Amino acid sequence: MGAAEVQTDPSSLYEADYVGNVDLSDTEMVHTVRNALASVQTGESDLYNELVGVMHIKEFSNPAVAQLEIILKALSGSVACIDITHHRKLLSSIFGMSLWDLQPYVMDALVDLVISLAATSGKYLDSCLNMLISNFIPPRWATNKLSNSRVIDKMTDKMTEVFSRVHEALLKISLLVPLAPSRLLPMLAQRMPKSNKNDQVVRIYVKNLLELENSPIGQVGGRMILMMVMERLRDLDLEIGWDDILQDDSSRGMFDMELEDAVEGTMNEGDELPVGSVNQDTSGGDIMSECLDKLMVISFEHLESCQNAGRLDQVFENLFASFENFILNTYKSKVSQFLMFYACSLDPENCGAKFSSKLVDIFLSSNKPRPTRMSAVAYLASYLARAKFLPVYFVASMLKRLVDECADYCRTCNDDIRPEAHQIFYSGCQSIMYVLCFRMRSILDVPHFRTQLIPLESILMHKLNPLMVCLPSVVAEFLRQAKAGGLFIVSDSFIFDDLLESELSRAFGGCERLDTFFPFDPCLLKDANSFISPNFNYWSMVKATYDEDDDEDDEDDAEIIVNGDEESDEEDEADLDYAMNKMSITPKHSFKNKMERDRLMKMPSRIRPSTSPESL
Amino acid sequence: MEGLKLSDAELMVYIHPSKCRNVFQAICRELSALLFQYDETFDGVLLAYDFTVESKQAKILAGLNPYFGVRINTKLLLFDPKPNSLVEGKIVKISPESIHVVVLGFSAAVITDIDIREEFKYKMRDGEGCFVSRSHKRHALKVGTMLRLQVESFDEEVLHIAGSLMPANTGCVKWLEKQSEEALHMDRDHKRRKIA
Repeated sequence: MGAAEVQTDPSSLYEADYVGNVDLSDTEMVHTVRNALASVQTGESDLYNELVGVMHIKEFSNPAVAQLEIILKALSGSVACIDITHHRKLLSSIFGMSLWDLQPYVMDALVDLVISLAATSGKYLDSCLNMLISNFIPPRWATNKLSNSRVIDKMTDKMTEVFSRVHEALLKISLLVPLAPSRLLPMLAQRMPKSNKNDQVVRIYVKNLLELENSPIGQVGGRMILMMVMERLRDLDLEIGWDDILQDDSSRGMFDMELEDAVEGTMNEGDELPVGSVNQDTSGGDIMSECLDKLMVISFEHLESCQNAGRLDQVFENLFASFENFILNTYKSKVSQFLMFYACSLDPENCGAKFSSKLVDIFLSSNKPRPTRMSAVAYLASYLARAKFLPVYFVASMLKRLVDECADYCRTCNDDIRPEAHQIFYSGCQSIMYVLCFRMRSILDVPHFRTQLIPLESILMHKLNPLMVCLPSVVAEFLRQAKAGGLFIVSDSFIFDDLLESELSRAFGGCERLDTFFPFDPCLLKDANSFISPNFNYWSMVKATYDEDDDEDDEDDAEIIVNGDEESDEEDEADLDYAMNKMSITPKHSFKNKMERDRLMKMPSRIRPSTSPESL
Repeated sequence: MEGLKLSDAELMVYIHPSKCRNVFQAICRELSALLFQYDETFDGVLLAYDFTVESKQAKILAGLNPYFGVRINTKLLLFDPKPNSLVEGKIVKISPESIHVVVLGFSAAVITDIDIREEFKYKMRDGEGCFVSRSHKRHALKVGTMLRLQVESFDEEVLHIAGSLMPANTGCVKWLEKQSEEALHMDRDHKRRKIA
């Protein structure tokens, strides 16, 4: 593009040591560099080679660095003269440079040059964007230093220097080339470090992605960025395998809490896992769970910043889209879904309500695949049960929608118990009962909400007999509370003595065992949980409709301490560990006699754990 | 502004069977996927579309996935800046070496100093760089000015325009229109006087 049209005679400049001559003015430097670039086409490439040589300096003496800065600035003024075929060597050395190796003022010069190149010709756009985002991954020497506590401050400064420049450059480019984000986003996805990489690298990259989401680029590509983050979270989530726990063993319910404790122990303390509890490469699993934990925290902080900036509502739409894409249909995801929970807890009125309505809509939409609908209602039930921030009237209104839907289904259906044929119906019923296990007392306190639940009795009495099919632990606790709370007269037909998991119940969950999926069981990652727990409804906090004095008495003379943490009962209620230990499960119950003991072992523990370990 | 055209096209859109519940939406999705991309068949960048479904009959393709083809009549708004055509855009950055413009809000255009006619001189005004005409002091190009430029080349992949300000009929759109209005007035006055 007009490289030949340089005003001055190139030959006259050969005599001067142009590179070393710092006294030349900026304009003169630009002319000199243009001449050097033009000379390649005439076959004289000495000057050009010298120019390329400067780009490859390895010494960091002041004159050499100053020279590089001057050349980079002059090149910024001469981009129109750069030709993609003739100046390939120069371009590849520019795109091969890393901001990490440069001094701040040279970084500035390089970034300006890259911006000029990207905006001047479409041919360089991709290479420029690629070069810039390659700096999101620190070189090996930098990551080594980052793990060294003595130089960590220095490295943090360096990171800020590099990343702030990259972000600024990306913004400037997208201002000059409006379609740049559409080319940038696939590159970002492609460059996302694999989960087996150094977890620090993944974290730094995700942090940068979220920062981009916060910038004007996020307004165009926010959804894709959140999808990338969500996908990485899900991948890590899946890397932490619980294959052995997943065994379809009906007798295992009894040991749920032990499994849970073992898991918590590992996550919290990094202790060694008890043999046989979780069959995984312990060290690898630990690294993965630690990485996931940190990524979750980064994402939570991002959501918090969005809330502070007043844009959480807009981000939530994208967040839900990525949840629907990556998490909803993922086979029993363990932790990543808490991103939704946290977003909802930040803004219960908007996001919290939207989340449940969207899940109900998915559950009710007949054109969605069956597992998606069942999964959606499992999420809904778990969310309504666990979200402390949701007001009772909201939970009641959501339950009403589910109850009405199930009642409609009963009216039109004249079939007998056939779990495989009515999976959606049974999952709806189980969800209603599960939510009521947690919320029955507060709902029954309000007469209006109580009347909304009237159709429930006819649903449970229907020939389809959901009480026989749904998860026994949920049914048992539900009936117990229903009886105590006088929700309806528990007739003989409701006596439910087969508390072991029946074949029927397995059948309705399908081979995916969606019947045992309660996604918002207590979060198993320590740091992430500290964000979740203040808004989380642990089973131990639930006020059941039945007389709790028994339980309290039990606790007073606690004899069997399931968790083995004797001291925790003296600690403050708010204490996280205490809450975790007590949670839902069965933490500490004393058992006066065998029957009582059996009953307690079956219920509270089952409610929650029917949940996590099984669901995992 | 040149480079914009309306085209009528008869298209066959192939839709996945899973989308058969809402064909209208599925067609919209298919067509939207083409937006802001250069398409050789259309010979331009698709900016907007409108369509009507010709008949309720659809042709089912044999195969593993029985995609069905729906015939539609479309009206397409296309952008195809041919070399030497005049396009207009807003200046977003000015440096002594280049003027950066965004055309129609999506296409980046750049005019390098080599393609800026001698008439314009780079100056600093109120701390901001601008190009000012040597012969008409009021003809100034600064950030935010709507600029008429001549297309030199168009990169179809990244929709990037290399522009030029060499022809006299390029520059600030407002100034150019004012000039042509004045010229028209002058011409009329001249004619009136002649008649008189």
